[in-house]
Amino acid sequence: MATRTNEEWLSDLRGKNKDQAIEDLRKLLKRGLIYALSNRIKSDLEHQVEDFVQDAILRILDKLDTFRGESKFTTWAQKVAVRVAFTEMRRKRWKDISIEDLLPEDSGDFTPLVLSDPSPDPDKRATQESLLRMIDQILTEDLTERQRSALLAILHGGMPLEEVAQRMDTNRNALYKLLHDARKQMRSRLQEKGFSPEEVLAVFESG
Amino acid sequence: MKLSSETIQKLMNAVKSTRDQELDCGHCYDELDRFIEMKLSGKNAAEAMPLVQEHLDRCPPCREEYEVLLEALKALAQ
Repeated sequence: MATRTNEEWLSDLRGKNKDQAIEDLRKLLKRGLIYALSNRIKSDLEHQVEDFVQDAILRILDKLDTFRGESKFTTWAQKVAVRVAFTEMRRKRWKDISIEDLLPEDSGDFTPLVLSDPSPDPDKRATQESLLRMIDQILTEDLTERQRSALLAILHGGMPLEEVAQRMDTNRNALYKLLHDARKQMRSRLQEKGFSPEEVLAVFESG
Repeated sequence: MKLSSETIQKLMNAVKSTRDQELDCGHCYDELDRFIEMKLSGKNAAEAMPLVQEHLDRCPPCREEYEVLLEALKALAQ
């Protein structure tokens, strides 16, 4: 396979050598993805990777003008391919799951927060219960419904950001901003109540 | 609403790692190829681009993509 400079990749992908450049890029992306995804895809790896690479090449050709030249072209292209692969893998993994499926049971506004695995030590349990009431108050009074649902779907349910974003009719960046605001709000409310996250963490750590 | 100690810990860790200024996923993605090349060349990428490192520490989907990209690029360098 010919080694190319960034400029050569760009001119080949835009010019008369396009077919050969696409073929070279396809081989490169496929080799990288097969190696890097072999632990995550257990069946039909090669076929799935070929589909990812096909979609990635379309995306790369569409976004050629956005390549800033701050890295090797092949690093940037592989980054696009990894994003395409994860977007598809996450879509498949989470396709039949709603945010509501992931929220803790009885997550209505009027149900107090309960710890499912309280400490066996009565003193520690009492401290946990008191801190839980405070966290409950912050979650229900200081965060919006949208912030609370997104936070719990991600932290409790483990759903990736872009999947939550899609279900909330927003995008990954806007959701990140919403969660950043929620975390700042929680940090500030904890501080006002005289607690640091480290102090709360210590009470909920096992042992 | 029932939560486990693990979820409370995740919540508190998320609050603990909160900074006033953070990169969002899009900006982290834009910088990722430069960050990763720095890392592959043995430079201290975390020190040179601390906001990217902080985002990767905080955001599991971006960290997962970063780790796989790193693996792919290492394979291609062999």
